[in-house]
Amino acid sequence: MEKKNAKKFGMVIDLDKCTGCGACMVACYAENNIPFREDDTDKMLSISWMHVYRLNNGKPFPDYEECFLPRPCQHCEGHHGHSPCVSVCPATATDYDMATGIVSQIYPRCFGCRYCMAACPYHVRQFNWWDPIWPDGMEQMLNPGVSVRMRGVVEKCSFCIQRYQAAKDQAYLEGRREIEEDEYQTACTQACPAGAITFGDLNNPEHAVHQLALPDPRHEGRSNNPLAFRLLERLGTNPKIYYLSSREWVRRAGDNYLKAEFKTKAHS
Amino acid sequence: MDSALIPKGVKRCPIWQFALWIGANGAVLAWGVFAMLLVYIKGLNQTNMNNAYGFALWIWADLAVIALGGGAFFTGFLRYIVGKDELKSIINYAVLIGFICYSSALMILGFDIGQPLRGWFIFWHANVHSMLTEVAFCLTCYFGVLTIEYIPMVLENRKLDKIPFFHNLSHNMHEIMAVFAATGVFLSFFHQGSLGGVPGVLFGRPFGFREGVLVWPWTFFLFTWSAAAFGPCFTIFITKITETITRKKLVKDNVIDLLAKISGWMIFFYIIAKIIDTVYWASVTAPSKGFTFWDFYSSNPGSAYGIWILIAELGVCGVLPALILITPKLRQTQSFLWLAVFLGVLGVCLNRWVMVLQVLAIPVLPFENWFAYLPSWQEIATTILPVAYGIILISVSYRYLPIFPQERELNPIDEPGTAAEAAEAEAQPGGSGPEPELSPAES
Repeated sequence: MEKKNAKKFGMVIDLDKCTGCGACMVACYAENNIPFREDDTDKMLSISWMHVYRLNNGKPFPDYEECFLPRPCQHCEGHHGHSPCVSVCPATATDYDMATGIVSQIYPRCFGCRYCMAACPYHVRQFNWWDPIWPDGMEQMLNPGVSVRMRGVVEKCSFCIQRYQAAKDQAYLEGRREIEEDEYQTACTQACPAGAITFGDLNNPEHAVHQLALPDPRHEGRSNNPLAFRLLERLGTNPKIYYLSSREWVRRAGDNYLKAEFKTKAHS
Repeated sequence: MDSALIPKGVKRCPIWQFALWIGANGAVLAWGVFAMLLVYIKGLNQTNMNNAYGFALWIWADLAVIALGGGAFFTGFLRYIVGKDELKSIINYAVLIGFICYSSALMILGFDIGQPLRGWFIFWHANVHSMLTEVAFCLTCYFGVLTIEYIPMVLENRKLDKIPFFHNLSHNMHEIMAVFAATGVFLSFFHQGSLGGVPGVLFGRPFGFREGVLVWPWTFFLFTWSAAAFGPCFTIFITKITETITRKKLVKDNVIDLLAKISGWMIFFYIIAKIIDTVYWASVTAPSKGFTFWDFYSSNPGSAYGIWILIAELGVCGVLPALILITPKLRQTQSFLWLAVFLGVLGVCLNRWVMVLQVLAIPVLPFENWFAYLPSWQEIATTILPVAYGIILISVSYRYLPIFPQERELNPIDEPGTAAEAAEAEAQPGGSGPEPELSPAES
């Protein structure tokens, strides 16, 4: 059950602003102690909580267009918190938090069955195929607020939940019950030089993320903004990442459509 | 050398021949064990799985052997609950095959997880909403049941049976075996079904997802049904292989015929249900998610996931074996029987492959492409490992245990000593004659 005054943290990514620079990915690596290998060219084996896709409209020059699409964990709510990955985990190692809307991953409890990876259509869940090996001296630079993961467990974007904990601690010390919008921002949001990422509480009408996404709670958060879409909304995953684009082919690229429903195929 | 351990009244190959056979299979087993150790020590980076293929060859092998091992629970169901008495002559072998299949499945699951030392978390931190949790509980319990069913067979060994404690234990276990058979049926219904639920509940994967009844997707029922239908095909298939290798008839034709007929009708009705499921999924479920039927099948010539795979699963390995097995003349013709059970085994394996691998191969995000996967040699070796283990356990069991109660009658030995022993045994009340009134599992 959703708690009274529950928050629903979510994100709006303006694809018209995204330049594909990858700063969000780098910031995410640094903030969350994401492991990498000396040769990380096989992207199906590497870990990136934030992945930037490169799409195009499939048309030849001069009608050719491109779009970069950053993809963090979608923190799906599904129907009443039944996100695709949470309900399948046999060891309760992942959880949908009704108080924040964040899908968390409990690394010390995950035993690496990878059922959640099979369940996630966005490929946001990635496996530690190797133990992390940090370049000499880099251990000193790891974020002490985030535990490093060992070989054999699944990991994913957490909406930098350690920052939420820190903001709440600070508010508590200052005698406040609530945190301000700018006190909890994810690393990717702050790193984006184009300001394409907006993060906040989708339940709070004063938050920019709410004003951009205009979620409709009667229709499982579907956006009332005609320029907004969510990835694979038709599957019923009810994600909390909203994308904005003024281009119709980009908006259509976010989901699957039958021919009769107007299908524009995007290419990666 | 080991004649004292061999059941009375039967003939076995010389020990050197047996040792060579075991040695050859042992070498394959050692290769598999080496690969398994590599996986345990170095981790899952020894496989060709990746972030798109979290499930791959091993999960398919798990699902396949569990389906094939379904012959144990379904034959037990027919023998003990429906009362098909003829099946007492094959129930021992069905149990042995089931035991091998389930122990193999547990072994594979052991190294398939990223953190094997945390395997017990599935029981300790159990998430009751997960199909995999239900699979783990039922699978483990049913393996316990199969072990209990297999132990009396081991105790039937000529030497062990001479020890009064083992003799009495075996006897008493036989007395209550129907209870375990019924328990096995109950457990199998749920874990076979839950394995079907594993892809069926994935609403983020339109190829695997199915609607259903309450929390159970249609695949739940289809998996249980297909295991019951195709499992006996595997029992017959392995029996036929054993007969070919040993060059002996081990089970009477009427027993095989009965099991083949039941299997045939089960496959027939399963295939009808499966076709209805496929039509509904293709015309209602998938389009509601924005997919057409053809989005799920690659149009590339020679693709592993072309439409051929559906035709092979439903037609060649479904309808065809069903028609052969329900037609008396055909199933009583050895070549057709061989063909039908082989196709049946292939069909259920193909179904499990599709429901694991193809689910993950298909791109769901519109801007992604099909994902490819080829298993590493370590994955192949560890998947062949249970086959070598199964051959060895069957060989040892066949040599030293009275697995086939009709063997003596079907293969009489013209040795005076043996004939005299047989006559003596027949004269004794409760003694085992050439054709025991009850099978070892029931004596």
